[in-house]
Amino acid sequence: MKDEPNLVEMRDITKGFPGVLANDRVSFAARAGEIHALLGENGAGKSTLMSILTGLYRPDEGEIIVAGRRIELHSPRDAIRNGIGMVYQHFRLIPPFSVAENVILGLDAPRFLLNMPEIEKKVAALSESYGLRVDPKVKVWQLSVGEQQRVEIVKMLYRGARILILDEPTAVLTPQETRELFLTLRRMAGNGHAVIFITHKLHEVMEVADRITVLRGGRSVGTVEKKDTNPASLARMMVGREIPPAPSRSEGPRGEKILELQAVQAMSDKGLPALRGVSLTIRAGELLGIAGVSGNGQKELAEVVTGLRPVQAGRLYIKGKDLTNRSPKEIIEAGVSHVPEDRLGTGLIPNLGVLENVILKEYRRPPISRGPLLDRRAARERSEDLVRDFQVKVAYLDLPVKLLSGGNLQRLLLAREISAAPSLIVAVYPVRGLDIGATETVHNLLLQQKARGAAILLISEDLEEILHLSDRVAVMYEGEIQGVLPSSEARLEEIGLLMAGMKKEATTA
Amino acid sequence: MNKQSQLTLTLEKRLAPSRWISFLVPTISVAMALLFGAIFLLMTGHDPLKVYEIMAEGAFGSKYGLSETVVKSIPLMLTGLGVSIAFKMLLWNIGAEGQLYMGAFAASWVALSFPDASPGFLLSAMFLAGFLGGALWGLLPALPRAFLGVNEVITSLMLNYVAILWVDYLVYGPWKDPKGFNFPLTAPFTPSADLPTFFGTRIHLGLVVALAAAAILNVVLWRTRWGYEIRVIGESPAAARYAGMNIARNILLVMFLSGGLAGLAGMTEVAGITHRLQHGISPGYGYSAIIIAWLSKLSPGAVVLVSFLLGALLVGGYSIQSSGLPAATVSMLQGAILFFVLGSEILTKYRLVLVRRGERRAN
Ligand SMILES: Nc1ncnc2c1ncn2[C@@H]1O[C@H](COP(=O)(O)OP(=O)(O)OP(=O)(O)O)[C@@H](O)[C@H]1O
Ligand SMILES: [Mg+2]
Repeated sequence: MKDEPNLVEMRDITKGFPGVLANDRVSFAARAGEIHALLGENGAGKSTLMSILTGLYRPDEGEIIVAGRRIELHSPRDAIRNGIGMVYQHFRLIPPFSVAENVILGLDAPRFLLNMPEIEKKVAALSESYGLRVDPKVKVWQLSVGEQQRVEIVKMLYRGARILILDEPTAVLTPQETRELFLTLRRMAGNGHAVIFITHKLHEVMEVADRITVLRGGRSVGTVEKKDTNPASLARMMVGREIPPAPSRSEGPRGEKILELQAVQAMSDKGLPALRGVSLTIRAGELLGIAGVSGNGQKELAEVVTGLRPVQAGRLYIKGKDLTNRSPKEIIEAGVSHVPEDRLGTGLIPNLGVLENVILKEYRRPPISRGPLLDRRAARERSEDLVRDFQVKVAYLDLPVKLLSGGNLQRLLLAREISAAPSLIVAVYPVRGLDIGATETVHNLLLQQKARGAAILLISEDLEEILHLSDRVAVMYEGEIQGVLPSSEARLEEIGLLMAGMKKEATTA
Repeated sequence: MNKQSQLTLTLEKRLAPSRWISFLVPTISVAMALLFGAIFLLMTGHDPLKVYEIMAEGAFGSKYGLSETVVKSIPLMLTGLGVSIAFKMLLWNIGAEGQLYMGAFAASWVALSFPDASPGFLLSAMFLAGFLGGALWGLLPALPRAFLGVNEVITSLMLNYVAILWVDYLVYGPWKDPKGFNFPLTAPFTPSADLPTFFGTRIHLGLVVALAAAAILNVVLWRTRWGYEIRVIGESPAAARYAGMNIARNILLVMFLSGGLAGLAGMTEVAGITHRLQHGISPGYGYSAIIIAWLSKLSPGAVVLVSFLLGALLVGGYSIQSSGLPAATVSMLQGAILFFVLGSEILTKYRLVLVRRGERRAN
């Protein structure tokens, strides 16, 4: 494979945005038949580099060469014409349309008459040959996130993409789905595609990549063969320093009961039972981790606790006060912070600036509010403090937050939620998409809050993260708590069994 | 390396709409609409330059014309501001026309019922009634929207017909002036119900009210807690809920205010211009308000400016009627403007770039 020619090459790419140089003379090449991982901390410039390759942005300098020819890309259409396709982290599918309809959406041919059965057959054959199980006739809204991702991949293959880019594809997948995705990627490489794959998880890189290119601060640190490297040295390349050992969980004193759920039942968005009698308690200074395959009621649990979803039966107490079916505002005022799964859209408002996002929960209270007025100077000071204390990298405070990198977004969100000195923090997939350094920061912040005496409800699909941070682990399966274990006693296999629905007898909540 | 390149124009997606483009776009759209109108005029055998000259002359050429342009811009400003504030929260209030009529009705009721009240009291009561009339009418579609999720586009539109026909019923029926030669109008209001006018023209106190409303709205939107809530809800209802904002209450409040502003337009028309309630008090101000809201990108300051321009278009339209052209030309131009605004919207999201498209071979 070493002698394979480069299928795509980017030379000395430079791209600046107001206030940052996102790519600084970056060179990058991928060969036919390889899986090439692109690694780097949040804000290193990975998405920018790939957006240039897909024609979304134009580079300030540098050139792109595909199959030996220098090309100019003006739009994603141009890119597809040159065989370059990208699967974004936020899917671009139309939910009421069927899979096959989504696949042909935006294609020039066929121009007039659609022969749907024919197209469905082609789509089915294509997904079959790459092991992408998905029914072409089914509507997209009925699909799980993992299945939707498969549709995106099929879409690109249907358009004849030979160079396939996936931006953090595993961040939204269950471990099982991740394994299947890797098999698909292998098969694509085997068929002579070049697969470029962005991730933050080093073990995935070691599992699936052939070569790895590392970006740091907008520059390329280098490209290495997988067989010549190891996770520690990759981490060093990414961060530019030794990674300190992970913070360890400390046993602090436990205080009063902060959160108590008694046999809570709630419905999902589709009107089906999502929580079927969940009971749990968390004390001050305690971190309870909720493990489970996503889609087993975790999202609904977080929303019930934060007042965003009505409770059908059962009770919710916060610091001993009955807050069942109270408004989100009352629950915020009771000292509950929430780091939601949907950061951009729920936790943060994409088109508003950093400052206006910082005051999202504080705007009702002095000093930000003065009577009916907003004190913009106070808001500015507050934002400057948070940005400094939590090291959020922003060029200026009016920058719309949709332009921040994933890591910086999460930092900003956590900064706002933690700075309110909450009694309870509900954190949902808080490190999804974050690099090692940012993950460490988030974990440290959560542990500091715990040490300060906050109760923390952590929802994650990463078992290692949960075991590492939690005092106790509760496993959810089909809307029920299967069991609660002290994490010191919990073993992976046991949790795995509970996650699969094999209930343990006689556990204490 | 065989170097050969040519320059081409392409569209590139903008990261954030630039400030001057939001000023440029309406200007371009108006120019395009005038061009479109010119073609139409040519085809119907008129000299477009001549027609536009008559229009400009009529709207700006004399003290009278200019003052009439201002007079027309007053109800446009008030309804335009009302529509803008609702649109800001993604509430598609198409009902400004009906809200204007209900404001006019309520104010007229006050004027006709208390003819002997002192001018200060009477006008204050009429302002209050006008505002409330429009506001309550605006609240009607807001209630099902806030509590049942019923789309307000259809309901607010339908209520226009109800309001217009209600006023017609009154002026053709119970409120008809017995001394009015059977015209569909009420008896004239008592002079105490006349709005003060300025400079010996028909420009009335409504101008001050409209300008003050624009200034206040600007402050409300950008400097107050409530304005912040409106902007957050408009941008992302999920985030607003997450932050504990009461969306239903804000829907009611904003539609109340939106309708109230349109109601004020109705009040200032009857108290400042017609001095009675009559059939057809508005030539569609409430619909033009939608165009104004779009053209001004929901910014109160821009609403004032755009209303003035549309007012000029209306006044210019009256003056070309004398040259044998139907006044409908003006409606057509308005429609064309809206069409081009929406079309040129693309320029605020993309930008034209000059690129070198080359056939250069690597290596
Ligand atoms: N459209 C934009 N406007 C301004 N700045 C931008 C824009 N897009 C990216 N940036 C900045 O460029 C830098 C690189 O961002 P990029 O999204 O490429 O990082 P990344 O490596 O993909 O990070 P992450 O792992 O967090 O997704 C960041 O500092 C980011 O804030
Ligand atoms: Mg990225």
